[in-house]
Amino acid sequence: MSTAGKGGTITIDGRGIPFEAGQTVMDAALAAGIYIPHLCHRPGLTPHGSCRLCTVEVGGRNAAACTLPASDGMRVDSDTVALNAVRKTITQMLFVEGNHLCPGCEKSGDCTLQAVAYHLGMLDGHFPQFYPRREVDASHPDIVLDRDRCILCELCVRASREIDGKNVFAISGRGIHASLIVNAPSGRLVDTDIEVTDLAAHICPVGAILLKGHGFEVPIGQRTFDIHRVSETDRERLPLVRPDHVDDE
Amino acid sequence: MDPDSGEDDMPDRASPGRAGGHLLHVLYEVQQRLRHIPRDAICDVADRLGLPMSQVESVVDFYAFFSRTPRGRYDILFSTCTSCGHVHGETDLLQVLCERLGVAAGQTRADGLVSIGTTSCVGMCDQGPAALVNGVPLIGLDVGRLGDVAERVEAGSPLADWPGEWFDVEDHVHRPGLLLATPWQDGAAIRASLDAGPEAMLAEITRSGLRGRGGAGFGTGMKWQFCRQADAGERIVVCNADEGEPGTFKDRVLLTGHADVMFEGMTVCAHVIGARRGFVYLRGEYRYLLPALTETLARRRQAGLLGAGILGRDGFDFDIEIIVGAGAYICGEESALIESMEEKRGIPRIRPPFPVTHGYLGLPTVVNNVETLAAAAAIAVNGADWFAAQGTDQSKGSKLLSISGDCAAPGIYEYAFGVTMRQILDDCGANEAQAVQVGGPAGTLIGPADFERRLAFEDLATGGSLMVYGRQWDLLDVIRNFARFFVHESCGFCTPCRVGTSLLRNALGKIGRGHGTHYDVEEMRRVAALVKRRSHCGLGQTAPNPILDLLARFPGVIEVYLAHGGFEPYFDLDASLEEARQLSHRSDAEAHLR
Repeated sequence: MSTAGKGGTITIDGRGIPFEAGQTVMDAALAAGIYIPHLCHRPGLTPHGSCRLCTVEVGGRNAAACTLPASDGMRVDSDTVALNAVRKTITQMLFVEGNHLCPGCEKSGDCTLQAVAYHLGMLDGHFPQFYPRREVDASHPDIVLDRDRCILCELCVRASREIDGKNVFAISGRGIHASLIVNAPSGRLVDTDIEVTDLAAHICPVGAILLKGHGFEVPIGQRTFDIHRVSETDRERLPLVRPDHVDDE
Repeated sequence: MDPDSGEDDMPDRASPGRAGGHLLHVLYEVQQRLRHIPRDAICDVADRLGLPMSQVESVVDFYAFFSRTPRGRYDILFSTCTSCGHVHGETDLLQVLCERLGVAAGQTRADGLVSIGTTSCVGMCDQGPAALVNGVPLIGLDVGRLGDVAERVEAGSPLADWPGEWFDVEDHVHRPGLLLATPWQDGAAIRASLDAGPEAMLAEITRSGLRGRGGAGFGTGMKWQFCRQADAGERIVVCNADEGEPGTFKDRVLLTGHADVMFEGMTVCAHVIGARRGFVYLRGEYRYLLPALTETLARRRQAGLLGAGILGRDGFDFDIEIIVGAGAYICGEESALIESMEEKRGIPRIRPPFPVTHGYLGLPTVVNNVETLAAAAAIAVNGADWFAAQGTDQSKGSKLLSISGDCAAPGIYEYAFGVTMRQILDDCGANEAQAVQVGGPAGTLIGPADFERRLAFEDLATGGSLMVYGRQWDLLDVIRNFARFFVHESCGFCTPCRVGTSLLRNALGKIGRGHGTHYDVEEMRRVAALVKRRSHCGLGQTAPNPILDLLARFPGVIEVYLAHGGFEPYFDLDASLEEARQLSHRSDAEAHLR
């Protein structure tokens, strides 16, 4: 039952790849340059397993690659027609439960949700839109929180706690009413200790957390996913640090 | 807890590693006092308990019995269950009371006197339609009784002055079996465990073939063994008394009349695995049982059956605390339950690691159902052979069933595993059943063709809920009820369940309104399969079961609702313009398309 164990080899879609002790299937795949679509995962942060885009099958059983410990001889199916169809449906679910209006979003072209959707061949939301009523928090002078676009991946929650050494964000509520909240008596971002230099202010894969005063600096056509494919696995190998290190007082 | 300590802020050991009380208990107190939990109270509680504000806020917003806006001085929540719920035949009891008291469902009356809403099954399925009034179950509701309730609410009469019979929850045990009919003596199981020693007792439990009674059926002996083997300085026993599966009330009966057996099962488990602390996680709907349970614990301490040196055995120290939940079905899932114990939202953890190695506060933890622990205590006294003599090859012993719905005698029936559905239905007087939901909404929907099937983990598994539906039901209403239940109870962690449960509810709604075609049915089937297969935990993995069972076993039910026999999506443009016609006060020919 231990997750430690030893390293070894797993196969993903028939290709044998090595893994080290303690690695998940996602870790091993990324290290070998194999892309498994994901949104809530980011190397360097505690795996979360909530978006389920990295759904794979091991011996016909379903698992999230980002939380599944690799074990020697494991045979993983990932890039199959059926699993990519599942991933497309899950992506459509994420689109329709929120309010994602790509043409008017500053994150368009830099948005991982959008890029994954293109990667999976998603052409529409498919399901009727939920049109939820969500609150925008523009209280902070430098950072805006637009919950319409939040996909509840908790990357900001984890980045704040694990890298920034703070506790700015949390998910509140339950079910379809779950929402991103901030840790302040007023419930407003301006009253938290978030700073523009925090990783949490930059890590949002969609346009839910944006820096103010930087609208459309990079033209459409020259943005991240205009130049790169979301499936380029070395894109995420950048070390996770607060961009501007400040010594303790 | 020492009643003579005279301190207001008695340390509550249920809270992980600090004084101040368990967050759920503190928030319950605030909700009772202020009728809601406003932001300044959240800040105050966070400050007092030394917790992040966001953690307190997220907990308030997660559990159904906490509210951010003021509820009435009388807060009445009707059960939505098909057995103890507010829709009774042609009558909607909730609407009846709303009209009597002049308040809209889900709202608080302007004078703050009363609020009326709904809540998931309150476990009163054999007591007639039921509601919680300020958290206390109000049973046997009908139009007449609700009239009396309305009068007392308007008069501001304290609940203590309401007729006792409105709250008098009786145990309807119609068929006692192995567990309920065998005489019990306090201390006998602990003595047997002390005499045998932990290893021999573990072997006995394992040999009995006892499997978890909550529904999943994991081997109890194996679970205890994994925990016992885990390397740690401390181990924990948890009794899962969060039975939330609609239609289940067998743990309520055990907690009411057989709490000693359950506590003793926990103590035997503690002896086997080497635990010093035990917890009962009691569902908020059963808070009314708390005084009696607390008294039982005190009595057991007095009798040397809990505390330091149990039954004079040096070094065998074990005590039990009760944590009361606050309205969340998901907390019946063992790792969500542990998260809730740790004062967080009830989100199921990623497994592995499993609770037996990394549970409460990271300590190896056994989480067992009430009935499992009671059975373990009985096995400790009477032996593995006594237990395994009943049941089937893979399902030893007996099972308590909570039977409700359209039958002559709803209540508790204990059967040896292997009994046929037909036998059960005959015994409870369900002669006109068109369908039975076995194991609650997360279980299996069967019709007469399956009534010869047997109750067992290898055939029809159940955590104990058995709901009977007579001929008068439209099964689509039943399945829509279940779909709404899962939308309400999904924790929201993973995408398939969070969004998928809503999509399924919406699809059933569209079909129910007569706007669906075969296209919608196939779409619903596709989403149901995805939610079932790809969700993070057991809730999502079972939520689509009722829909898939309905499609497989009762295809005709949905067929009659379809707009036409083809696959083309249905759209009636003229009907869709009706709202515009009403707004513009037009009904002339020009305002119509046909």
